[in-house]
Amino acid sequence: MAADPHDFDVSMATGIGWSSRRLREGLVRRVLMAAALLSVATTIGIVVALAVPTVQFFTRVSPVEFLTGTEWTPLFASPHFGVLPLVTATAVTTFWALLVALPLGLGCAAYLSEYAGRRTRKIFKPLLEILAGVPTVVYGFFALTFLTPLLRDIWILPGKGPQIYNALSAGLVMGIMIIPTVASLSEDAMSAVPDDLRAGARALGSTARQVTTRVTIPAALSGIIAATMLAVSRAVGETMIVAVAAGGTANLSLDPTEPMQTMTAFIAAAALGDQPTGSIGYQTLFAVGSLLFVITLIMNIVSIRLVRRYREVYE
Amino acid sequence: MTAEVEPPGRSVEYQIETVRGSIRDATFRLAMFFSIGVAIAALGTLLVQVFVDALPRLNLDLLTQFPASLPALAGARSAIIGSIWVIGATALFTIPLGVAAAIYMEVFADPRRWYNRMIEVNIQNLAAVPSIVYGILGLGLLARAAHLGQTVLTAALTLTLLVLPVVIIVSREAMRAIPSSIRDASLALGATEQQTVWRHTLPLAVPGIATGIILALSRAIGEAAPLLLLGGLAYVTFTPTGLDSRFTVLPIQIFNWVSRPQEEFRTLAAAAIVVLLALLLVMNSIAILIRNHYRRTW
Amino acid sequence: MSDADEPMADPSHELADQDRPAAAEAPPLAGRIPRATGRTVPDAPEEIVINVADVAIYYGSFCAVGGLTVQFGRREITALIGPSGCGKSTALRAFNRMNDLIPGARLTGSVSYRGQDLYGPRVDPITVRRRIGMVFQKPNPFPKSIYDNVAYGPRVTGMKVPNMDDVVEEALTSAALWDEVKDKLRQHAFGLSGGQQQRLCIARTIAVRPDVVLMDEPCSALDPISTAKIEYMMTELADEYTIIIVTHNMQQAARISDRTAFFTTEVDDATGRRSGLMVEFDRTAKIFSTPSDQRTEDYISGKFG
Repeated sequence: MAADPHDFDVSMATGIGWSSRRLREGLVRRVLMAAALLSVATTIGIVVALAVPTVQFFTRVSPVEFLTGTEWTPLFASPHFGVLPLVTATAVTTFWALLVALPLGLGCAAYLSEYAGRRTRKIFKPLLEILAGVPTVVYGFFALTFLTPLLRDIWILPGKGPQIYNALSAGLVMGIMIIPTVASLSEDAMSAVPDDLRAGARALGSTARQVTTRVTIPAALSGIIAATMLAVSRAVGETMIVAVAAGGTANLSLDPTEPMQTMTAFIAAAALGDQPTGSIGYQTLFAVGSLLFVITLIMNIVSIRLVRRYREVYE
Repeated sequence: MTAEVEPPGRSVEYQIETVRGSIRDATFRLAMFFSIGVAIAALGTLLVQVFVDALPRLNLDLLTQFPASLPALAGARSAIIGSIWVIGATALFTIPLGVAAAIYMEVFADPRRWYNRMIEVNIQNLAAVPSIVYGILGLGLLARAAHLGQTVLTAALTLTLLVLPVVIIVSREAMRAIPSSIRDASLALGATEQQTVWRHTLPLAVPGIATGIILALSRAIGEAAPLLLLGGLAYVTFTPTGLDSRFTVLPIQIFNWVSRPQEEFRTLAAAAIVVLLALLLVMNSIAILIRNHYRRTW
Repeated sequence: MSDADEPMADPSHELADQDRPAAAEAPPLAGRIPRATGRTVPDAPEEIVINVADVAIYYGSFCAVGGLTVQFGRREITALIGPSGCGKSTALRAFNRMNDLIPGARLTGSVSYRGQDLYGPRVDPITVRRRIGMVFQKPNPFPKSIYDNVAYGPRVTGMKVPNMDDVVEEALTSAALWDEVKDKLRQHAFGLSGGQQQRLCIARTIAVRPDVVLMDEPCSALDPISTAKIEYMMTELADEYTIIIVTHNMQQAARISDRTAFFTTEVDDATGRRSGLMVEFDRTAKIFSTPSDQRTEDYISGKFG
């Protein structure tokens, strides 16, 4: 046998090169981690930015008045701080949005997941993505200049019909905006249902419809609920559509044909007025923002939990 | 018992050609097709209506003139340039921060550590926080507390925080799609974890990451709500000269015009929407080109 | 009885200088005798490179494989065989600390490489993997050129090489691939066939001049002809390298290895989970003729597995 080709040092003890590499890579790792920690800082920043003026607000206005009062005139000479009109307005627009987004979003998801062939899916999915990519101010324009006049023309129900600014067309257009959100999350959940389950049901003689309604949708339920929660969160937090099309007056009413101001629309309107730091107007903006943040946070957390649950079941 | 059981031949139908139930199945199928039809019809109507409304003002004045109180003289020049400034600066901040965070989360973070799990849930949650809340963050902390004022910089930083979660999530997915066998092979040759990331994982994930970043930025370019809080002034008759300039952007200019009662301003708004949609179309086309050019199957 | 049963072998280990009839199951390319019977294998390795004593590997609290006591001898081919799920791949990955990459994996007992504790506090897993290379089950070339694949290891490990071209040629020659690719070194590695890709992966591994080469079922994704080429190459490489191969193919183990460790699975009565267990380690000739454990005999004779 010739000379040993392995003329290296067989020792694995670590040398100087090792420690300098460790040092360098440790540094890089820390820089990367700092970037990830920025997200935590963002959350803390949001909480602090909201909390400080909100606490100051509640030293001037009692929480009871804020949460139960029915009159919202914070910028008037004799201000009232009852947030209920804003909350009901948000609830009304969200309700109409969900009435559109849930059935249509679920229908899209079921169609894409259970019925559509590869080619149709390839056409429809990008179209839904485009729908999701349209800026919300454009939807606001659409609601105000297209849907509202249309509704006023074809109104056949009793009553005066929708006013120029109304919650109904804002809500309906918001629903169209949210369809892609519901569809894509629900489709993920439906696609995660194993094909064995479908095959089992088909082998028992079920039709595609029965498989969808009795196997896929029940099995994907937690994912569908997660999609619903996220849809609610998006509807509650949506600003531009309601700011453009729903009007700017606080109005405690459940009639969607009337103009009303949602929480987000109030924040946007108050900000346009350029409130000086420390003024009651400035603090009111943050108090409403806090309420909005808490509501959406709860929805988001529930949604994230539910998605995690169905991933655990099938993966 | 046995007496009551009928012979199998009588209780079972051998007929397999049937139309029973097929009407309900067809209706169900139609209802689902209807759902997607409504969504696409709405999209089509929206685009056509915007374009038709915009037609009278789709001219060069729209691009070259500043906003004015007379609609006939007004244009969106300051808003277009402002949008490009804000998005450019946002890209500058977002790309390194988002990619770095994604590398940490996907490659180095041990998911059994509580703080890494916390970062993970936190990012998911931030992705669903309403954009106007980021506006509140920008107003309260950046513009007022940090005295950055209502500038391009504040707007870009706010939008960066807004799109970072999306960029991180998409970049992680792009890296996860790289087969682990590549990483194993590199490590088994004595490469370090970081050599493996810089030489394999990251370069291979670049197309996916680039696509994700462009899509996130196209979300940012259409955002109006957070910038409304940062005084994205509607009546700006100058283009930004730097990060410390005041500014307006297209979505805010559109909001301003659409909020006015005169028909001419609505036409202007529609024309500005066409410009905004054209910008989005360009960005998305780039994303699709990248995706198709680098498509790889493992 | 053990040594006398075997035909006398060429003591210089030079195996390929004459054509002998191939064994029945050996593919046609192997115009050579099975290694196990073609050379004298001492009762115990003369020079131990890796010494494994009483090792068990856990994922969290779950014991994936236990009872590992093996000595890997220099310039020997050792095969790890057993039914699927017996932990042989897990064991293999412990020998170059690839298991470090799996969160929650830990090891008890001792693994020493040339007298040094492989899991000692001052040992750098990166250095370990440079000395102890690995070839994987599925060919996994990098999406780069053939040349860059082979040159990758020397580059990232900072090996001082006078001429990279020579390193690449030498590695590809050792992997019996040079003649097939010498005119297309700049072409993409994905253009090669599966068998060529796997030989490229082997070339890539030996380009960093490791001491030991671990192979995790390197032929399981390949056709018989590619398998034969790789087996031939392995016996050549064994003149220079210490080779440890995991295989589910008993004939392959019998054809090429000097020693064999047999693994089996055991069901934990308490948890119902199956964990792996090393049963027996001996010369390959003995394992395949007169194993000392009943479980080995059952597996080899096809009663189980």
